[in-house]
Amino acid sequence: MNPSLSEWSFFAEHRAEILAATLDHMALVVIAMVIAILIAVPLGMFIVHRPALRAVSIGIANIFQTIPSLALFGFLIPIPFIGGIGKRTAIVALVLYAILPILRNTYVGLSGIDPAVLEAAEAMGMTPSQILYRVRLPLALAVILAGIRTATIITIGIATIAAAIGAGGLGTFIFRGVALVSDSLILAGAIPAALLALIADFLLGLLELRLRVV
Amino acid sequence: MITKTEDFSGNLIEFCDVSYRINDIPGREVISGVSLGVPIGETLVLLGRSGSGKTTLLRLVNAMLLPSQGRVMVQGRPTAEWDPIRLRRGIGYVIQEAGLFPHFTVAENVALVPTLEKWEREQTTARVNDMLRLVGLDPSEFANRRPRELSGGQRQRVGVARALAADPPILLMDEPFGALDPVTRAELQREFHTLAQRLRKTIVFVTHDLREALMLASRIILLEAGRIVAATAPREFLRVDHPEVKAFAASLETPGAPG
Repeated sequence: MNPSLSEWSFFAEHRAEILAATLDHMALVVIAMVIAILIAVPLGMFIVHRPALRAVSIGIANIFQTIPSLALFGFLIPIPFIGGIGKRTAIVALVLYAILPILRNTYVGLSGIDPAVLEAAEAMGMTPSQILYRVRLPLALAVILAGIRTATIITIGIATIAAAIGAGGLGTFIFRGVALVSDSLILAGAIPAALLALIADFLLGLLELRLRVV
Repeated sequence: MITKTEDFSGNLIEFCDVSYRINDIPGREVISGVSLGVPIGETLVLLGRSGSGKTTLLRLVNAMLLPSQGRVMVQGRPTAEWDPIRLRRGIGYVIQEAGLFPHFTVAENVALVPTLEKWEREQTTARVNDMLRLVGLDPSEFANRRPRELSGGQRQRVGVARALAADPPILLMDEPFGALDPVTRAELQREFHTLAQRLRKTIVFVTHDLREALMLASRIILLEAGRIVAATAPREFLRVDHPEVKAFAASLETPGAPG
């Protein structure tokens, strides 16, 4: 369905509202991503040398990924402290979705380093923490960032569903549009969300390219 | 850190009845009952087929591995009692494919141990330039390159420069020229031979190439299934009466070659 003239005029009339919802949406995504990175990257660093813990943590992160997002939002509402209606619940759910790609890429990046490089590092007398921070992490950065990029795109999409539990954002237009059978309303939510995803993908892609060493 | 070698008399490295088992499983010995002394200034070549235990023996020197039985002494002190970090910073290490850090420049790679040891910046830079010239690389041309911008031979030269940067008395080399094309390999072997004689380091060199062993060694140790089967000067080596020596000697004969 191509946006017709009436839809363009709808956008023009509601541009303040759409902009506000877009900023709201971005805030949800940014907060969720920052928390997810702060959890997943250190966790990934921690599980590199701990195979048992690795299986458990990646397994748990996998399970969250398989729960349909609307259901996860629903499950979280009755939980005390993190649940309820509103942004907080939405952010918790988004974080749970974002952890897996970041965690997996952090682990893959840190463990996929040329064994000759690690052998040389150890044999030249680097301590385990020097090897982690000066060799493994810098070499894994591009792979970790690729995980963050994937997680960001997923989060921008899933955040539209967060409107169902009153978290605001661009999903508000979509849900209203579905209820009122209005293409204009649906597009007012969907187009900015798609643009956000494309822009985030492009910018993080650029950064990833710059960080790629080999 | 290992102190100046002049203060130390006797063997710089000494294996005393050393055995090594993977995961300490009895009966699965990679090294069995090796006793061996390496005096200062020697270029000891550990020769053997794949799986003969030569790399394991090398890794026992810098405490990358600890013996299951017996003791490996470096400067009169068992490796198990050394702080492994201090021990390794006094031992240069060169491996096949060099293992250079791809995110460091050539200069940063060579400066690794001086940086870890917190040398003054000017001192480190001067040392890096000296080391690059020593291995035949012009610092103005190579210092700021990344390892991926080098040829295999150049990478290996940087590997040697990195190992020598903090002036360690001991140099461990694990088939350093093994991955190079024959022409480059011969070139690096010749240059390294000259370099080794000039620097007077104590070198333990692992190879499966008898030609290389004969050229570089002051003494050849032949290993078979984790045991020493021959230990001689290179010029005596081919006269040793042992089946494994004969097998290696046979590898020198190239059928069909003229002359």
